[in-house]
Amino acid sequence: MTEHVVIVGGGTGGTVLANDLADRLDAELDAGDVRITLVNDGADHVYKPVWLYVPFGQREPEDGRRPLDELVDDVVDLQIDRVTEIDTEAQRLRFDGTAPAVDYDYLVLATGSTLEPERIPGFAEGGYNYYSEAGSTALRDELLEFTEGHLVLSVIGTPHMCPAAPLEFVFMADDWLRERGLREDVDITYTYPIQRVHGNPHIAEWARPIMDDRGIGVETFFNAESIDPEAKTITSMEGTELDYDLLVTIPPHGGIDPIEEAGLGDNGWVDVDKHTLEAQAVDNVYALGDTADTGVPNAGSVAHYQAGVVGQRLASEIRGRPPTATYDGKTLCFIETGMDAASFVEFDYENQPSPAPPSEKLHWSKLAYNESYWLTARGLL
Amino acid sequence: MTDIEPDETVDARGAACPGPLMDLIGQIRDAEAGDVVRLLSDSDQSLTDVPEWAEEAGNELLDIEEFDDHNAFYVEKS
Repeated sequence: MTEHVVIVGGGTGGTVLANDLADRLDAELDAGDVRITLVNDGADHVYKPVWLYVPFGQREPEDGRRPLDELVDDVVDLQIDRVTEIDTEAQRLRFDGTAPAVDYDYLVLATGSTLEPERIPGFAEGGYNYYSEAGSTALRDELLEFTEGHLVLSVIGTPHMCPAAPLEFVFMADDWLRERGLREDVDITYTYPIQRVHGNPHIAEWARPIMDDRGIGVETFFNAESIDPEAKTITSMEGTELDYDLLVTIPPHGGIDPIEEAGLGDNGWVDVDKHTLEAQAVDNVYALGDTADTGVPNAGSVAHYQAGVVGQRLASEIRGRPPTATYDGKTLCFIETGMDAASFVEFDYENQPSPAPPSEKLHWSKLAYNESYWLTARGLL
Repeated sequence: MTDIEPDETVDARGAACPGPLMDLIGQIRDAEAGDVVRLLSDSDQSLTDVPEWAEEAGNELLDIEEFDDHNAFYVEKS
């Protein structure tokens, strides 16, 4: 009997896992004992960290996009379809359009985050973002014209992709505007939903003095309730109203509907054992990356490390051995602190982050990793 | 034991900080004025986060029920 592993989602987690399994299960794949299918709703793999640099004219969206079939091992069946139903009882997936249903023996959900701007009235018309290709180019065009006024960056909700990116954006904007001689004519305000500037208290403690030193205003306990694009105001649930000239937002995020409809978790995030990454509601289903509700950041490094864990566990299960690999919460992040300096953090479930002193070396390390990311996607790095 | 009947319950047990507070804020966002949301959290941080946010947002923290392994916060949307 051929065991069928189906991975849904061709982002970092799904792609790394597909290549990891192609390598681990080489003999079983050759013998026809195992089949791997990677399902994605588009033909390209998208590396989202590129978008942070687009508004500053340093990258183009195409730099973060490559065809999946160039990245994924040929032994993996690639299916370009959108999943509309996860039937965990029959172990079957159904798709949009005419594609026939697919049965699985093991399912890995790596569907990632979806932007949900409609949750905030006025969001689509009033704010810009760098959390999509179209958003990052629209923001670039606006930022290039922006020479004076009030720039507000508002984090609308968490969890969101790359928790450090809002801090990075205001640090980069501050530096970029200084370099261009415009900073004195631009006020920058950063808003965050809780009582500090980042979800992780250690990163918040590190970032706040830098913001104060650089004259970046801060509004905490600010949960955007509505945006008035005509009046150019953003109002919080807590009753604070800010005027803006340029509003940059981190849109609300959610997972895909079929996950909630299948009873696997709320808001499209799968309830998992945070060490084994197995779904809590049913057997033979794993989740990884943003999709797995582990409480760790929604970051590419997390998806990368989790893919290795799920790969080892699946290979063991398929070979009839007890799976032993577990995820320890490992997270790595470079944090840009300007246009030519960055910090770095590494942490896990037990150990808290301690941001490294910002340096040019770390900035170039971040850019170098972004270039070599394609080796990660291929399962080589 | 409280006799408050919540309109919604958010079970954030197991979630790391700031997950429980953000789950509560998300539920309050969707609630009607006067609705009571019950947050279940096993994070000690919630004992300071939730009262601080409720005060800041003008919502009323009606009660905190303490259990062995978690707390239940009752927040009424203003």
